[in-house]
Amino acid sequence: MAGLSSRGAGDRADEPASYRVEIENRVLRLEAEGNWSIVHLNKVDGDLRRLAAGPGEADRAVIGLSGVSRFDTAAAVVVSRTAGRLEEQGLRVEFEGVSEAQHLLLGKVDACGNPEPMHLPPVPLHIEILGKIGEAAIAMTAEARAMLGFIGTVVVAISRTFANPRRFRLVPFVHHMEKSGFDALPLVCLLTFLIGAVVAQQGATQLRQFGAEVFTVNLIAIIFLREVGLLLTAIIVAGRSGSAFTAEIGSMKMREEIDAMRTLGLDPMDMLVVPRVVALTVTLPLLTFVADIMGLVGGGLVVFFMLDMSPGIYITRVQEAVGFWTFGVGLVKAPFMAAVIALVGCRAGLSVTGSAESVGAMTTSSVVRSIFLVIILDALFAMFFTAVDI
Amino acid sequence: MSTSRKGEPIIEVEGLDTRFGDNVIHENLDLTVRRGEVIGIVGGSGTGKSVLLRTILGLKQPDAGRIRVFGLDFSTLPEAERRLNERRWGVLFQDGALFSALTVAENIQVPYREHLDLSQELMDELAAVKIAMAGLRPSACSLYPSELSGGMRKRAGLARALALDPEILFLDEPTAGLDPIGAAAFDELLNELKETLGLTVFLVTHDLDTLHATCDRIAVLAEKHVILVGTIDDMLRSSHPWIHEYFHGPRARAALAGK
Ligand SMILES: Nc1ncnc2c1ncn2[C@@H]1O[C@H](COP(=O)(O)OP(=O)(O)O)[C@@H](O)[C@H]1O
Ligand SMILES: [Mg+2]
Repeated sequence: MAGLSSRGAGDRADEPASYRVEIENRVLRLEAEGNWSIVHLNKVDGDLRRLAAGPGEADRAVIGLSGVSRFDTAAAVVVSRTAGRLEEQGLRVEFEGVSEAQHLLLGKVDACGNPEPMHLPPVPLHIEILGKIGEAAIAMTAEARAMLGFIGTVVVAISRTFANPRRFRLVPFVHHMEKSGFDALPLVCLLTFLIGAVVAQQGATQLRQFGAEVFTVNLIAIIFLREVGLLLTAIIVAGRSGSAFTAEIGSMKMREEIDAMRTLGLDPMDMLVVPRVVALTVTLPLLTFVADIMGLVGGGLVVFFMLDMSPGIYITRVQEAVGFWTFGVGLVKAPFMAAVIALVGCRAGLSVTGSAESVGAMTTSSVVRSIFLVIILDALFAMFFTAVDI
Repeated sequence: MSTSRKGEPIIEVEGLDTRFGDNVIHENLDLTVRRGEVIGIVGGSGTGKSVLLRTILGLKQPDAGRIRVFGLDFSTLPEAERRLNERRWGVLFQDGALFSALTVAENIQVPYREHLDLSQELMDELAAVKIAMAGLRPSACSLYPSELSGGMRKRAGLARALALDPEILFLDEPTAGLDPIGAAAFDELLNELKETLGLTVFLVTHDLDTLHATCDRIAVLAEKHVILVGTIDDMLRSSHPWIHEYFHGPRARAALAGK
């Protein structure tokens, strides 16, 4: 069977698809030749479209396929569409030299119809921009409401756990403490140490101009214990763990694992969300504490080399510079930020829809949102602590 | 063309061993598939049917043995030539494996876009025909995979597998999860494709009706290799306990009675 020849290596010898067309006695003859496989069809297709739109002076058309070496579904689609268009132009269409296989294929394609591809009318640019802004605004309000609802649900789930401690999932809790806390230690230590050193070095250089370089210690101590230690840690954790929460829960959502949990009578809140939120709320203050210490160590090292201040004196000066609340302010904020990061991460994971792309989109948005909220929260706390004079 | 006579071997597997760590899946497995036939691969769950399919496709490295498809050993082919020849087969994975970020129509057009230079108009037309061929409604064109049912995902996966009119079609349990009417239509579609396109089909299935309706030969995978290859009558005559159980069990009798 000629129509069944193979493609691939052997084809290069094979003539690409072409056709001859002539009109004689008001009969349009169309002789197809060569390899009519999808690889070669694009040009022929364009030409045939034009031909079928204006076939010229004819009232009968004969389509001959005897010269075709290979004829695939795509070719059948093109030929059958051409025949259809010619008929619309008022011609009677006949086929010639059609092999059994080609006949079957044409029949199959005809049965599938020649559906017109649908195209949506284009929307003017300004309307589209307005529409996008509107959509974003609506989505934001909806998200804010949903987030409030989610926080409520989590709070209820946590209080249920307090009422009935056996509901608490200890193993996942410890697991997430390890993953989001312990495993983050090296990164947090390194980064805060370096930032501590940089702040000290810059501070000392600037303050030396006023002969006030001894206050470098106050600068480091206050800036780290109050703000930077926590902020840095929170941002690192949002990038590390917030994104992981979203991706984990999101993939589970995508593979219907969460639905499976529900049908097995397990509450995804208890199983997934509460352990993560609680674990992060416990670990972020601990991480912050370590970050504070490492920042002070980094600063201390620079001070030792630049200002020749011995560690003993450095520690005494730090003690003089900070009161309990300087340190307390930093640590008090930590659990709140942790809760924000975990809640945003889990909620984003649960709002993943079917596609892999949406896992990516939600992960990005979870990190962006949690960092944004962490900084907003920090600003609010700063206002609050100023108001209460701490 | 001399390279494409019906009946010549198109897939040859010789002495294949595959392992996952210490878990031996295949040991000294031989199988030959001939051009133009529909071969059904049967075997209990976990006997390595999907792994065999993946190994033939080059997605898993064999631990020993030789695999030739179209007479070519893909593992030694240069990259460019391998890519060219990979277009000559189409694969339907067990759960469709559609790209979740693309609509059904876009999924089907992926091979067109990547390998060929076609006008958008023609691609849309072709996608619509493939979708109809696979038995989906035209409205499915613009849906995303997550918006489809399991059976519809399979059909869309089939439409994508057929996009380039392949010479070999690999199907992994294509009728699992289809309603009986859909499954019957699927069998019919396979037969039509075999006739019209001269397709060779490598069909992993548990569906006895499909085996009866479409397969020229059946290969039974058990005890880590192919224990029997033959027609349905050969299967019915076999005295191997598993084969006997499989083809004479209550469901097999029902399928036979339906013939
Ligand atoms: N990626 C993998 N890693 C380890 N083992 C696997 C992997 N894929 C499959 N297996 C094992 O190979 C065996 C055969 O699997 P499979 O081919 O999927 O079975 P089936 O015949 O039902 O399609 C099973 O025992 C499975 O555990
Ligand atoms: Mg399988």
